[in-house]
Amino acid sequence: MGQETDGELLGRLRAGDERAFVTLVRRHHAVMLRLAAGYVPSMAVAEEVVQDTWLGVLRGIAAFEGRSSVRTWLFRILVNRARTAGARERRSVAIGDSVPAVDQSRFDATGHWAAPPERWVEEAEDRVDAAKLADRLRSAIGDLPGRQREVVLLRDVEGLSSEEVCGVLEISEGNQRVLLHRARSRLRQVLETELGRA
Amino acid sequence: MFPRLRLPLRSRRDIVCQQAVELVTDYLEGALPRAGRRRFEAHLAGCPHCTEYLAQMRETIELTGGLTADDLTPQMQDEFITLYRQWRTGEDNT
Repeated sequence: MGQETDGELLGRLRAGDERAFVTLVRRHHAVMLRLAAGYVPSMAVAEEVVQDTWLGVLRGIAAFEGRSSVRTWLFRILVNRARTAGARERRSVAIGDSVPAVDQSRFDATGHWAAPPERWVEEAEDRVDAAKLADRLRSAIGDLPGRQREVVLLRDVEGLSSEEVCGVLEISEGNQRVLLHRARSRLRQVLETELGRA
Repeated sequence: MFPRLRLPLRSRRDIVCQQAVELVTDYLEGALPRAGRRRFEAHLAGCPHCTEYLAQMRETIELTGGLTADDLTPQMQDEFITLYRQWRTGEDNT
């Protein structure tokens, strides 16, 4: 099956093609759900937000002008709705205190490695139970602070460009990089703990 | 202008591991200025641990990118078809 672009699917959807809608939903639903979950108290509410988003997409489809990519448009609708739904228990959107990429206890007084990174890259590549590793990574992403999770989901899981992520979340390139850095650093640490040999 | 400020070249220009790990994302994102990039690469060239660290960050990104979105269950798929049909019906009636 050739991969139709989101734009092509949207065109077919405009023409009334139900299957194009299902394909679009399948493609983006899981990430949207995880994004929404960062704003609202429960998975049930997140599901409502995502449903509501798709309804908004259908209603707004005629007005979509294609000035941004389809997924930037989709995710913006989602984030706006999720923020509204979660407004009461809104999490802090601040970048937050600076957390080092690697715990400072692992460096000596001169800033050189005292406890260097344990090797695990080959281990990750040959890993037989890759599914288990994927689960570990997924749950680590779920445990990230809200904004870091959003950025890593959009950038690294979903594959959006940094410009797209900034457009969806309405943050600056600099903030996007800081959030991405913290998220990736944390995930690396999780993988090291999971795979490294002490 | 600051004739007294003559730190040894090493401490002024070189970075240490603890700084290097904080620059990895900027490096991978192509966001380091040219001089910063050179210093970062010079550090890597002499530091196997930070070279390993960079490889691990790349692998982390790779593994994260390989996570497939959980597929829709058939039941959820039906719900979306229903959602779509309801919307169509609503559209046709307006």
